[in-house]
Amino acid sequence: MMAYKHAIVVGASSGIGAELAKQLLESGCRVALVARRRDKLEAIAATFPDAAVVAEHDVHDTAAVPALFQDLCKQLGGLDLVVYASGVMPPVGMHEYDTAKDLEMVAVNLNGAIAWLNEAAVRFEGVKAGTIVGIGSVAGDRGRSGQPVYNTTKAALATYLEALRNRLAKLGVTVVTIKPGPTQSEMTAHMPQAKMMPADEAARRILAKSRRTGEHYLSPAHAVIFFVIRHVPSWLFRRTKI
Amino acid sequence: MIESSRIVRLSGFGGSQSADGYLYRPASVEATADVLALARREGRQVVMRGAGRSYGDASVAGEAVVLDLSRMDAVRSFDATTGVIEVGPGATIETLWRHGLDDGWWPAVVSGTMFPTVAGALAMNIHGKNAFRVGTFGESTLSIDVLKADGSLVTLSRDDPGFTNIVSGAGLLGVVVGAKLQMKKIESGELDVHAVSCGDWDAQFAAFARYEATADYMVTWIDAFASGSSAGRGMFHAGFYRHPPVVDQATLRPSAQDLPDTIMGLVPKSVVWRFLKPLNNRVGMRFVNWAKQTAGAVLEDGKLVGQSLVAFSFLLDYVPGWQRAYAPGGLVQYQSFVPREAAPRVFARQFEMQRERGLENFLSVMKLHRPDPFMFSHGVDGFSLAQDFKVTDANREGLRLLAEAMSDLVLEAGGRFYLAKDSLLRPSDFAASLGQAGVDRYWAAKSAWDPDALFTSSLARRLHLDPRCVS
Repeated sequence: MMAYKHAIVVGASSGIGAELAKQLLESGCRVALVARRRDKLEAIAATFPDAAVVAEHDVHDTAAVPALFQDLCKQLGGLDLVVYASGVMPPVGMHEYDTAKDLEMVAVNLNGAIAWLNEAAVRFEGVKAGTIVGIGSVAGDRGRSGQPVYNTTKAALATYLEALRNRLAKLGVTVVTIKPGPTQSEMTAHMPQAKMMPADEAARRILAKSRRTGEHYLSPAHAVIFFVIRHVPSWLFRRTKI
Repeated sequence: MIESSRIVRLSGFGGSQSADGYLYRPASVEATADVLALARREGRQVVMRGAGRSYGDASVAGEAVVLDLSRMDAVRSFDATTGVIEVGPGATIETLWRHGLDDGWWPAVVSGTMFPTVAGALAMNIHGKNAFRVGTFGESTLSIDVLKADGSLVTLSRDDPGFTNIVSGAGLLGVVVGAKLQMKKIESGELDVHAVSCGDWDAQFAAFARYEATADYMVTWIDAFASGSSAGRGMFHAGFYRHPPVVDQATLRPSAQDLPDTIMGLVPKSVVWRFLKPLNNRVGMRFVNWAKQTAGAVLEDGKLVGQSLVAFSFLLDYVPGWQRAYAPGGLVQYQSFVPREAAPRVFARQFEMQRERGLENFLSVMKLHRPDPFMFSHGVDGFSLAQDFKVTDANREGLRLLAEAMSDLVLEAGGRFYLAKDSLLRPSDFAASLGQAGVDRYWAAKSAWDPDALFTSSLARRLHLDPRCVS
């Protein structure tokens, strides 16, 4: 299987995105690292000065994406993989309905993804090749009481990616939805870490699964558990503490 | 900003080299200048593309603006008494012969396919089976209109110093947006063709020597799978124009030249490549080459037959889409040009190297040439051998190493290469084939015509002919 040669990773400053960028760089891929925190990106890029391109960008700024996307492709010399890994999941109380906090999740987890992956879709439809990877979440499989809007953004992202897949797969474009379970990262730092998958392990599994179009969990156990969870009737699900 | 939706993946004819670029297909000189201005504004380089018939990476470039000239295909003027024709850059070899034939004019130089554009033919300075007699495409070109990188338009006649640089310059100096060509007067649309079955290399070179003084065209096919005393065996053909008092007016019509679209009236040619595909491997091609040689020796040897100019000239068009039989990896063609004295030794050794490595080519064609004054000239007083290799994931690295070894032989003999066919040369190979004076000539021309390196190609980047890619 051919290695990726040119990739853009949005949300490359920490967590899964940073690990994906590092592993792609280690494999010889030229990578554009995109995120707000330039210092974090440059720390990663410092080890791969000839292969890494640093782009400071706030995913709220969707209007800037088309020009930046085109410029990054030029700097990379091509493109065969785009990963959208930006995401936020602030702590939300069980009785909290904070619209500003919720819309921030929509902006980062969904609007930014649409802005970046629409550009990827245009390009990959044109060249009839390429891979789009969106980092969703098992949290998008059901509407849970603990994180209503985080669940919503990940469910919407999965639906959006499914639609892209239905448009592009017949042209030879691979569209992948990854549904990690709890993963050690800044986003989950406020949660107990012990049973979480390390980010580097998650990144390894994501790259392996990125070759096959479709939705993927990162472990067989998750695939089974969330198959069951998805099929629990709503009247029963609301009685659980999941 | 460039429209994102203009992105496309384009390949060379062989299908083994591709790159993603932003495709523009202007229909006028003014629109072409606008595309150059857009590229300059956006900081993008420009790669020129005609019909995309170069085998390798000469008409593609990653992240560049692809300037496709094929819509500018008009015949701007034609003088039926002198045979001078003026055309747009996208006019093809087919445009030329179809336009001139009724009045008894044929393109002085044609490639093995009628589909290349005139601009592409000039950029690569193509040759035909009459290269030993009339030289290359540029030698029958009277003038060219060239759009410079800054958008200004100049016309170069054959006496202008830039003419021999732009022609053969692989599209790296300026955009040819028009050309005036001198066609060849013919009295018949048919050639008299002599066929000679050659049992080995000596017989091949003897056939060229025998016909060199009299033939108008010469070409030979060689079976790369034959070894031992049969090494170099194949079928040689010499073509002769018919002269007065023979006047075959009935053959001077396109309808008399058109190739049939079926084989023996039964099988549509459009599907033939599908039948070739299962044979397109070492075992199958060993058989195909043997069968071709055996059939030629039995049915053709020593015969003199009349053959239409189209049928004789455009062998590659017999089976439409034949290159698809090489999918998915595609093919590369390796063509080297070697001085007369060394050619028998070099070509025989190239075949031996292929057999030693199990990488025999599937199709070999040899022609005779003469030197010319062009910048990236492939013309030598000697022979060329074009060889098609199937590319697979398994043999890709082996082919690269084979090409390097074959190129070493060519360079030791003072040989040259042809950029329209290349995918495998190292930068040092091409530089060595040009010599220091040739390299200096290119860089002087590049500085004068395209100082900011607007024009590029994957080939230019690979062979270090693009200053932006030379460290």
